Amino acid sequence: MENLLNIFVKSIFIDNMVFAFFLGMCSFLAVSKTVKTAIGLGIAVVFVLLITVPVNFLIEKYVLRKGAMIWLGEGFADVDLSFLTFMVFIAVIAAMTQLVEMVVEKFSPSLYNSLGIFLPLIAVNCAILGAALFMQQREYANVTEATVFGVGSGIGWMLAIVGIAAIREKMKYSNVPAPLKGLGITFILTGLMAIAFMGFMGIKL
Amino acid sequence: MGNLEKEPMFSAKNLNIFTAPLGKNNPITVQVLGICSALAVTVKLKPAIVMALSVMIVTAVSNAVIAAMRQYIPDRIRIIVQLVVIATMVILVDQFLKAYVFDVSKQLSVFVGLIITNCILMGRLEAFAMANKPWPSFIDGLGNGFGYGMILVIVSFLRELLGSGTVYGFPVMEKLGIYHTGYVNNGMIILPPMALILVGLIIWFQRSRDKSLIEK
Repeated sequence: MENLLNIFVKSIFIDNMVFAFFLGMCSFLAVSKTVKTAIGLGIAVVFVLLITVPVNFLIEKYVLRKGAMIWLGEGFADVDLSFLTFMVFIAVIAAMTQLVEMVVEKFSPSLYNSLGIFLPLIAVNCAILGAALFMQQREYANVTEATVFGVGSGIGWMLAIVGIAAIREKMKYSNVPAPLKGLGITFILTGLMAIAFMGFMGIKL
Repeated sequence: MGNLEKEPMFSAKNLNIFTAPLGKNNPITVQVLGICSALAVTVKLKPAIVMALSVMIVTAVSNAVIAAMRQYIPDRIRIIVQLVVIATMVILVDQFLKAYVFDVSKQLSVFVGLIITNCILMGRLEAFAMANKPWPSFIDGLGNGFGYGMILVIVSFLRELLGSGTVYGFPVMEKLGIYHTGYVNNGMIILPPMALILVGLIIWFQRSRDKSLIEK
């Protein structure tokens, strides 16, 4: 339990997707103009990570890794499909986002209307593939740990985009030098937020 | 490819396709594409150059491949087709890096894989390759990869020089004897936040030189 809590806190604050690894920056910069849309996209990312990370974990563990297919029989002990990792992960992510979109549309039209436009965008959000690749690299022991990591990363990303959106809404009233307006000041703001987040470094539970 | 067409291979139009992404239409500072996997590899010059070259190759080749297939790709499934082409290219590059420059490949860790979701690729495929012939698309991909690599190299040069006092592993600051005067390397520059701030400053610099890029 402590272990899970540690992974959770670590993935939100210390290894924050945006501030420590710059993942998902494209949508982070493009969709952070208002808090409302930022929350919508944030929830969608958490949702998709909650589903894709465990699915990719299981595929990694039972299909792709060297010797992973031993459950099919002795003859499969030497099969190593790890070079297919990228292809399989991105296919799973694209398929899962499509599936999530359809399920949400069917069962919760109100949620679908608020997320609708963002869901298809997520397939090419680097944070999703990034989380899958980090999950593989850090070698989490079981599917629970991987899920906790996925959700934590999602929440961390959401925290970042909602924070920057709130600051950008207020930035409209301040007097920024003309060449720095828009993109430039957003980069510098993100940098300053990242410095603040570095204060969490070294926390261990 | 382009030899068969009437237009010469290195016409002025093609040259413009190549040079536009270097300045006025830079993928990072103007189009805001592909920042995702860019900044994390800029602590040292060497991984940044390897990363820039990888992105250049993947963009150019997948642009050309998609442009060659553009009339046969059904519109509804084009994203999946594009992803498959990109993923294939990235797997090739990744295997190549693992085979020949293993230490750099280790440093780049997951970021080679993340070229797949690099927005430059999808952005250029959608905006250019789906509507143009293979050769101009190849040049467009090369130009955009180069524009992206340029920012990467500038940022990593500054970060390596100010943060570690070296350039491409060569101890410049030590050779200059600057440490005797009390100069110390700025450890802050190596940390992730400074990459963001440096790119912010580059954007500021570029936009104050070229007023037409200023946002309202």
